[in-house]
Amino acid sequence: MKWFDYAAPRSVAEAVRLLAAHPAARTLAGGTDLLVQLRSGRKETDLVVDIKRIPELNELRYDPAAGLTLGAAVPCYRIYQHAGLRLAYPALAETASLIGGTQIQGRASVGGNLCNASPSADTVPLLIALSATCHIAGPQGTRAIPVEDFCVAPGRNILTPGELLVSLHVPPPAPHSGARYLRFIPRNEMDIAVAGAGVSVTLDHGHFRSARIALAAVAPTPLLVREAGDALAGRPVSAESMGAAAELAKAAARPITDMRGTAEYRRHLCAVLTRRALEAAVAQAKGN
Amino acid sequence: MHGKYHVRTTINGEAVEFLCEPRQSLLECLRDILGLTGSKEGCNDGNCGACTVILDGRIVNSCLVLGAEADGADITTIEGVARGSRLHPVQRAFLEQAALQCGVCTPGLIVAAKALLEAEAQPSEERIRFWLANNLCRCTGYDKIVRAVQQAAHEMQEVNR
Ligand SMILES: Cc1cc2nc3c(=O)[nH]c(=O)nc-3n(C[C@H](O)[C@H](O)[C@H](O)COP(=O)(O)OP(=O)(O)OC[C@H]3O[C@@H](n4cnc5c(N)ncnc54)[C@H](O)[C@@H]3O)c2cc1C
Ligand code: FES
Ligand code: FES
Repeated sequence: MKWFDYAAPRSVAEAVRLLAAHPAARTLAGGTDLLVQLRSGRKETDLVVDIKRIPELNELRYDPAAGLTLGAAVPCYRIYQHAGLRLAYPALAETASLIGGTQIQGRASVGGNLCNASPSADTVPLLIALSATCHIAGPQGTRAIPVEDFCVAPGRNILTPGELLVSLHVPPPAPHSGARYLRFIPRNEMDIAVAGAGVSVTLDHGHFRSARIALAAVAPTPLLVREAGDALAGRPVSAESMGAAAELAKAAARPITDMRGTAEYRRHLCAVLTRRALEAAVAQAKGN
Repeated sequence: MHGKYHVRTTINGEAVEFLCEPRQSLLECLRDILGLTGSKEGCNDGNCGACTVILDGRIVNSCLVLGAEADGADITTIEGVARGSRLHPVQRAFLEQAALQCGVCTPGLIVAAKALLEAEAQPSEERIRFWLANNLCRCTGYDKIVRAVQQAAHEMQEVNR
């Protein structure tokens, strides 16, 4: 790796000061993307700002009334080991356990997964489906934006120099709601999604009250397909309604052909994964 | 002008201090600065697990940790797995089951398996395979490795009885 300096600030304010003073600085959470990119030369920096020693970035707090506060540097294993979180957001716990293998999950954070802004990031479609928001701190103060507005291009997010993601907030699960993220990979683990679908549903007496559907790896950014979720609102829970939503998701996908799959195959996967994720989310919603 | 970073850690139960460049990975610090060459460099990008160490109770790929990040941490490497000349049950089982050929993956696998068996007494075969999914082996075909971990789990239970 090329030479760089290292700093481990103890507060958000100190981190913002460092990042603002060093425009080429890079934020380090678990390092499972960043260190690979620095080593390969895909990214360069003169200063790595390690945010893992900042208390807010390590916060993991679930409150049935307030929802979930997930510090941006919390590693995946803490997410799926958190008993309250596992009960309230089983899909999030499951998705955190999909990232890499055990060693990767010991370091990799959901915040890093989002900030890295890969179209195939596994946690992002689910965060979007769950209506999560990003809490950002910067030289001008703090701001909050929906996760679906955070990624702007492959590897690029909306953060401006000096800003960092402090935490993610997920609203409390509504009664009779469920969620699920499904991806397709050729192996059983340790692979990058060919396509993925994250969904959340809220049911009301055999009908959908609302739904949100988002896709991975079929557009330059993780993709919220608003019309697919909206099409379910008010409709009965049935194979037809879910099949129609899955077709809308497929129609919204703008995939490319690469070594992992053709555009056509990815579009096909969007329909299949969306339908299966909806079925799983509905099953979960019926249970609570 | 490019300063070194002073890191204080505990490695295999002993207080260890070292100076490293901020860009050096924990794996490089272990191998090149501290002479602990048991942890191997396979891929250097997080895929193979040959560099696995236990960092504050969790297994991690030491190629994806900066030495500087390890300041204040408690680390176990493959060198800390045996008690003197007394092999850990996982090490014995690897030998008895012939769970290694070239041996490059072995230190990482043993550290990872030890961490699993300390957390969970009786993992299922599926659990073992998923836990070790970040440890690649190009020689054995994995079956013997899984058998060895199962044998070690069994022995560790007998001892604890
Ligand atoms: C072997 C292997 C397997 C993998 N498997 C998967 C997988 O199955 N699915 C998947 O989606 N990904 C996978 N990844 C990619 C990676 O592990 C994930 O994207 C992970 O969630 C990144 O988190 P991190 O904490 O390690 O991020 P880091 O590497 O620390 O950071 C990632 C990027 O985000 C920036 N950043 C981090 N935190 C912040 C912040 N708070 N504010 C502003 N910027 C920030 C960094 O500067 C960097 O550019 C894998 C990687 C490896 C090496
Ligand atoms: S050398 Fe670290 S994972 Fe391969
Ligand atoms: S024994 Fe050769 S890689 Fe595993």
